[in-house]
Amino acid sequence: MPKSLVKSGAVIDGYTLGDCVHAGGMATLWTVTHPGMDVPLLMKVPRASEGEDPAAIVSFEMEMMILPRLAGPHVPHCYGTGDFAHQAYAVIERIPGTTLYKRLPDLPLPYEEARLLVAKIAAALADLHRQNMIHHDIKPSSVMFRESGEAVLIDYGLSHHDHLPDLLQEEFRLPYGTAPYMAPERLLGVRDDPRSDLFSLGVLLYFFTTGERPFGEGETLRAMRRRLWRDPYPPRSLRADYPPWLQEVVLRCLEIEPVRRYPTATQLAFDLAHPNQVKLTARSERMKRDPLSVAWRRRFNQDVKPSRVKSDVAEQIATSPILAVALDTEEGAAELNEALRVTTERILATLPSARLACVNVLKLNRIAIDKTLDEQGSNKHIDRLVALRHWAMPLKLDESRLSVHVLEAVDPATALLEFAEMNSVDHLIIGARQNSFRRTWLGSVSAKVAAEATCTVTVVRPPRMAAAKPDASVVWG
Amino acid sequence: MLLAVFSDIHGNRQAFEACLKVARAKGAERFVLLGDFVGYGADPEWVVETAMDLVAQGAVAVRGNHDEAVNSTTESMNNEAQIAIEWTRGRLDAPQRRFLAELPMQVADSDRLFVHSEASSPKRWHYVRTTADAAKSLIATPSHVTFCGHIHRPALYSMSVTAKMTSFVPKTDVPVQLLRGRQWLAVLGSVGQPRDGDPSASFVLFDTVSCQITYCRVPYDIVGAANKIRENGLPPWLADRLSQGR
Repeated sequence: MPKSLVKSGAVIDGYTLGDCVHAGGMATLWTVTHPGMDVPLLMKVPRASEGEDPAAIVSFEMEMMILPRLAGPHVPHCYGTGDFAHQAYAVIERIPGTTLYKRLPDLPLPYEEARLLVAKIAAALADLHRQNMIHHDIKPSSVMFRESGEAVLIDYGLSHHDHLPDLLQEEFRLPYGTAPYMAPERLLGVRDDPRSDLFSLGVLLYFFTTGERPFGEGETLRAMRRRLWRDPYPPRSLRADYPPWLQEVVLRCLEIEPVRRYPTATQLAFDLAHPNQVKLTARSERMKRDPLSVAWRRRFNQDVKPSRVKSDVAEQIATSPILAVALDTEEGAAELNEALRVTTERILATLPSARLACVNVLKLNRIAIDKTLDEQGSNKHIDRLVALRHWAMPLKLDESRLSVHVLEAVDPATALLEFAEMNSVDHLIIGARQNSFRRTWLGSVSAKVAAEATCTVTVVRPPRMAAAKPDASVVWG
Repeated sequence: MLLAVFSDIHGNRQAFEACLKVARAKGAERFVLLGDFVGYGADPEWVVETAMDLVAQGAVAVRGNHDEAVNSTTESMNNEAQIAIEWTRGRLDAPQRRFLAELPMQVADSDRLFVHSEASSPKRWHYVRTTADAAKSLIATPSHVTFCGHIHRPALYSMSVTAKMTSFVPKTDVPVQLLRGRQWLAVLGSVGQPRDGDPSASFVLFDTVSCQITYCRVPYDIVGAANKIRENGLPPWLADRLSQGR
């Protein structure tokens, strides 16, 4: 490959090179223009001449396969690639601004800022995982933000796509990636578990909220392997004011065993969006690392672990959905609420990693000013939360899989639709309109939700009563 | 140009017809037949006749071990395969047998190689079962992409310039770009007797310009194909296995 080809002013496949904006170890980045394209563009060119690190070539091949396959706001759009036979390059959308790496001097960030930031990255990861992709290099310099707020993940040289050959499979004897952020299972050669990205994001969240990297900066294999058995210092031991819910989230991401982490990025984003709903376990209280005896047991029992089955990214995500059930605890008929519980139970039975959000809409008056307290003086909002928990009790769900929400809105259907959208709900369960004059007059909430939701909606009716002749004047929902 | 590549048709008319129809509908401009036209299935005449027509129209065809066994008795086979081949021999006329006997072992076309079993010693009919088998085949040819069949299970291997291998079980209908910087071995599933657990017929589309390969699966009249095997008194397992895809 003639090296002189890549320089300012050169034209490659119709793209005119401008300035070199970044020269990294693996690749150089150039601004480019193309007649007929008025979006800001970048050309990424690998360092691939004789004697260079073969990793640079393989990583670039991986990016060339993956980038054109990705879509959505969380990835840079890819406009074209050129192959190694002539001049290897990828032309991508230029995202304005800088990566999160620039924020390192500001660490630790305020908890609230870190929460919002990481929630956005979790949403981006969820979208990537949905496209059968694992990023495998989540770290501050891989994250940018659009002006509209969405996180954009860049650099796919170490990624794994479940529908494409994994070129890094046998390429390197040692795990390849960014040492401080690498999940423990990566050290064992596992490349097909999307929860590896959740570990890396946990490292980022720990680092951004404490100013310390949980596993240090050690680059040697020996230093990296410690994370296979040694847990990090709990953040609360570093910062006295560290919120317990945040420690719960961080340490769950940093669990050594992937099955003990969040099952999906969407579920992590859900907890970050509802910190007061995070179920606090012993994790949140920890002030010290595990005693050495526990750590040593982990260290020397590595070999007796059950062998791992190959995971399928799509299947793992499909079996860990977010379900929401909309309940009317006030006026809902008992048999309808029971039918909703039976349906919910059946759906949950097949999905051991699903989580359930029980939602109730506190209807606000369109004209009158609502009072938070009812006539008896008790708090309506709290009463409803209690009623939701009571409804969910027979489901015997682990608390970390259950949350309850009371939405206050004038229009219940719109409130439910917004909730489903904001929280990436996969499946909404709702009762059908009931046979009452008031309901008919108000219009059917379930019909609007079923028609307009972007997720699956199940509309539930109580069991059919024998010989109940429908009244001709009543519209059945 | 869009190539449609078929392997291991094995006398299954229903499966081959269904695949040809889908390939034509998807815009295939040229056909490649990777051998094993006969054996196991009950329609060897129709399959060979169709292959002869396609070759007359410019298709590429190579020889498989069952095609060879029709004309010689040296190829060692399991009992059921042997019974099927002897039955097939009686069904084919002289021009059809000659067509099979004269098929080349392999065909190099531009930077592509077509061969039934693998490229290191095509006459020995080795199976590509492992990454090491794939490496042996890839080292034996300078071709960018080698297409083979024989094992009846789809797989896609690649070798980098530093001789590092990758292996992959292709997903149906997901195009994969076969990058220029490395060599690829595309192992096809079988049209007429799939053995990867999916009973639908398997073939491949390859775009020679974009270098994208797509593994396709086609549902076909399995009951019809199986009934015909039974009606002709061939070993019943050859009929039963079609619906199981193994």
